[in-house]
Amino acid sequence: MFGFSRAQAIAFAIMLAAIAAAPSVLYPVFLMKVLCFALFACAFNLLIGFAGLLSLGHAAYFGMGSYVAAYAAKTWGVSAEIAILLGGLVGAAIGLVFGWLAIRRQGIYFAMITLALSQMIYFFCLEAAFTGGEDGIQQVPRAALFGLIGMKSDMALYWLIAGVFVLGFLLIHRIVHSPFGQVLTAIRENEPRAISLGYRVDDYKLLAFVLSTFLSGIAGGAKSQVFGIATLTDVHWSMGGEVVLMTLLGGIGTIFGPLVGALVFGSLETYLAQFGDWVTVTQGGIFILCVIAFRRGIVGEIGNRLRLVL
Amino acid sequence: MQLSRRTLLGSAAAAAALPIGRARAQAGNTIKIGVLNDQSGPYRDTGGLFSFAAAKLAVSEFAAQGFNVDVITADHQNKPDIGAGLARQWYDRDGVDVILDVPTSSVALAIAGVAKEKDKTYLNIGAATADLTGKQCAPSIIHWSYDTYMLAKSTGGATVRSGGDSWYFVTADYAFGHQLQDATTRFVTAAGGKVLGSSAYPFPGTSDFSSFLLQAQASGAKVLGLCNAGADTVNSIKQAKEFGITMRLAAMLMFITDVHALGLDVAGGLTLTESFYWDMNDRTRAFAKRLLPHMPQPKMPNMIHAGCYAATLHYLKAVTQIGVAAAKASGTAAVSQMKKMPTEDDAFGSGSIREDGMALFPSYLFQVKTPAESKGPWDYYKTLSSYPPEEAWRPLAEGGCAFVKS
Amino acid sequence: MIMIFGKPLMLLYGQLTLGLINGSFYALLSLGLAVIFGLLNIINFAHGALFMLGAFVTWGLLQYLGIGYWAALVIAPLVLGVFGVVLERFLIRRLYGLDHLYGLLLTFGCALVIEGLMRNNFGSSGVPYAIPSALQGPLNLGFMVLPRYRAWVVLAAAAMCLVTWLLIERTRLGATLRAATENAPLVQAFGVNVPRLITLTYGAGCALAAFAGVLAAPMNSVNPNMGSNLIIVVFATVVIGGMGSILGSIITGFGLGIIEGITKVYYPEGSATVVFVVMVIVLLLRPAGLFGKAA
Repeated sequence: MFGFSRAQAIAFAIMLAAIAAAPSVLYPVFLMKVLCFALFACAFNLLIGFAGLLSLGHAAYFGMGSYVAAYAAKTWGVSAEIAILLGGLVGAAIGLVFGWLAIRRQGIYFAMITLALSQMIYFFCLEAAFTGGEDGIQQVPRAALFGLIGMKSDMALYWLIAGVFVLGFLLIHRIVHSPFGQVLTAIRENEPRAISLGYRVDDYKLLAFVLSTFLSGIAGGAKSQVFGIATLTDVHWSMGGEVVLMTLLGGIGTIFGPLVGALVFGSLETYLAQFGDWVTVTQGGIFILCVIAFRRGIVGEIGNRLRLVL
Repeated sequence: MQLSRRTLLGSAAAAAALPIGRARAQAGNTIKIGVLNDQSGPYRDTGGLFSFAAAKLAVSEFAAQGFNVDVITADHQNKPDIGAGLARQWYDRDGVDVILDVPTSSVALAIAGVAKEKDKTYLNIGAATADLTGKQCAPSIIHWSYDTYMLAKSTGGATVRSGGDSWYFVTADYAFGHQLQDATTRFVTAAGGKVLGSSAYPFPGTSDFSSFLLQAQASGAKVLGLCNAGADTVNSIKQAKEFGITMRLAAMLMFITDVHALGLDVAGGLTLTESFYWDMNDRTRAFAKRLLPHMPQPKMPNMIHAGCYAATLHYLKAVTQIGVAAAKASGTAAVSQMKKMPTEDDAFGSGSIREDGMALFPSYLFQVKTPAESKGPWDYYKTLSSYPPEEAWRPLAEGGCAFVKS
Repeated sequence: MIMIFGKPLMLLYGQLTLGLINGSFYALLSLGLAVIFGLLNIINFAHGALFMLGAFVTWGLLQYLGIGYWAALVIAPLVLGVFGVVLERFLIRRLYGLDHLYGLLLTFGCALVIEGLMRNNFGSSGVPYAIPSALQGPLNLGFMVLPRYRAWVVLAAAAMCLVTWLLIERTRLGATLRAATENAPLVQAFGVNVPRLITLTYGAGCALAAFAGVLAAPMNSVNPNMGSNLIIVVFATVVIGGMGSILGSIITGFGLGIIEGITKVYYPEGSATVVFVVMVIVLLLRPAGLFGKAA
């Protein structure tokens, strides 16, 4: 089922167990943030790892998802699943337009055009009235699931966020192992050949882009539910850079890498904060170390040692 | 190379493992204060570890009888989600009873939401937004030292009265900048002045202000109001000097630490508002002298550092009154007690805290001395005018704070 | 008074001049970036940090050694050039032949470390640096009063751009460099030490950034964040000009400065975003930038 190999099935079981057991050890709000980032990184990984497209502007979809979900939950009072879904749909809608523009360009130009487009979204969020400018949308109530199940307690929300993550994770895995995913890989490996085989490469790329932005929007929407805020941090280009880092840390093109990367990144961000002004220096150092010594990322290196595809 | 890699890895692993090893909650007899602010970004010098030092000084001078006081600190990196995440973790897991400082309005508002939800104490010093005692107010929040209203009233009103009756604003294009500009416009027009124009520039990321300065000059206004903060203000003033802008400069938010960074030959003559100046009287001088050796760099305290000191002291006094258990159980209880007692400390003298959480002190309009007027290091300000506590701040009725019954 | 779209013409002239000044920084910085990209195929994210270091070295020379502005104009680029050589030797060299992404991430990491360390040591409010006495005072251009120093910045930047362009397009060394950009193995086969050429090119790119940093030191406060504010715009400049094109980045640099200057008059809020609007339009019409060669 879902195209898991035996090793992957075991790893998946371990992951589920870890998600279930973690809140008794680690702080649930922290874990929820990690899961949101992990879903975001998985979505990003779908593009870079399996379609070979480097987007530097993914903050736009994540951030807009976050804003729209926060706005819907606060102003319209919609239930949690609707708010998060709206975030995803807005991410996908923007992704459709931006992707359509961007996929005509290759390599570094693709990356740069996504960055430029995301800067425009940033500008829109800064100027538009509904986002609250620099203050952001604050004190968003935690909406009830299906309008019935209260999400006030951290644990209740945790199970929801964990559910969203696992669903997103399985969806991505399903996509990658579908015939569609196979074509994506073919395009990544040798685009001219894929074209000569008669595949409409641009359509495949665009669909992958939209799926990725949809899931990024979902992740953003989920994050706004966790913290009850949506701010400019989520749409800033540095967020687009952070998701690259998370994916790289965990391992580009691996299935479990983004989750591990998000966990490590989130831990750094949160627990280094207590060491005063060394956060950026340490983050930069880890970047350098990762690129120089562990280019496959954590999961990629482990997989390589064990000769498994994880 | 090998060694450094290994040590780096080791520390990274240790950092990742940290949460597991943390104690769930502190012993019942300890009050824990968390100083949460920007320590690696643009506001690290106006607050940062300096605020932490000020809070620690207050704790050591208070010398609590019968309970322990612990002060911890963290860097919110100017990101609201990191700030809110840390605040939740501190309140829920790490036994922190009060969060102190928190510059950057977006982060402060996020923390206010958490404090309100969990009924924990939040003493805001570093953020300027007047919403913390207005729309977003809560019975467990206190706002100390300064806000946009007080800055606008002091600098805006007083400048018009002394002849600066036409203004042009150069404003950072974000909530804080606009709030400040709107408030100042109100006081300028109320005092009979008029606003001739404004330029909102992209924030952050602008370092060249000459274009806006020339537009301001061309408008023919007498006063140039700078509605921005930190490095932006410093750059605007420096470039105004370079372009020979002859308008009167009013920095709507500027600290003595910024003046120090600019140097008096550039900053001399401009006007600004603070609620604290180290060289005001014997008590402030004594306070500054005690704090100076503890500062991470030898810098005189500004009103944020003084506020962190004074608010911590006052909070600990309130805790002594109601008892540690009560203070830990309810942020509202601790803050209500703080509101009941008059404040008394070396930095601000005596004062009081209003129902909506606003700490009431005089505000002072200062003019920065020229190099010729300054007699020594950090001799930077002369007082132009001041407002008494009851006039300096936004009237209770105007704030629209929901829990205050009129 | 002549008005254009409700703004006096005089004011516009002034703004165009100011745009040109900002443009000279974009041009200088993107020039270094373009040289590095052309030969190393690395997008040097550390460029902004190197620019900032250039300004700090200038400040430090005066503060600790009493060496003034004019000497710093030579010393700071040399110091940072050497720094660049070291950086290339020990870190960047390991990434040749890999995807762009890795070079980008590595240099981004370097930028974070450098900026963090500088903030820890010098704070974030910056340190002051005075305008050299020979360049103080205003220059009356008729339509505006331009500080003498700013006029110097435009001239110095334009001269430096010209020298770099001549060096690359008109000298033997430049010819070798361009040949190596086109086909490194072949040039190596002719007996040129290509790795050394690469190292020196990276150093030269860093020196250019440092030169811009020295020029900037008296204008803005010397501040650890001064480079990260610029880097994204400079990236855009290189992309619009065409990755690796020397002439493209110079012309685009000055051009973007002017476009930005005009935006600051009519719609100041959008002045940071206009660059990206230009970038999207250019890339949609000309896939390889204004002056780039199609892949």
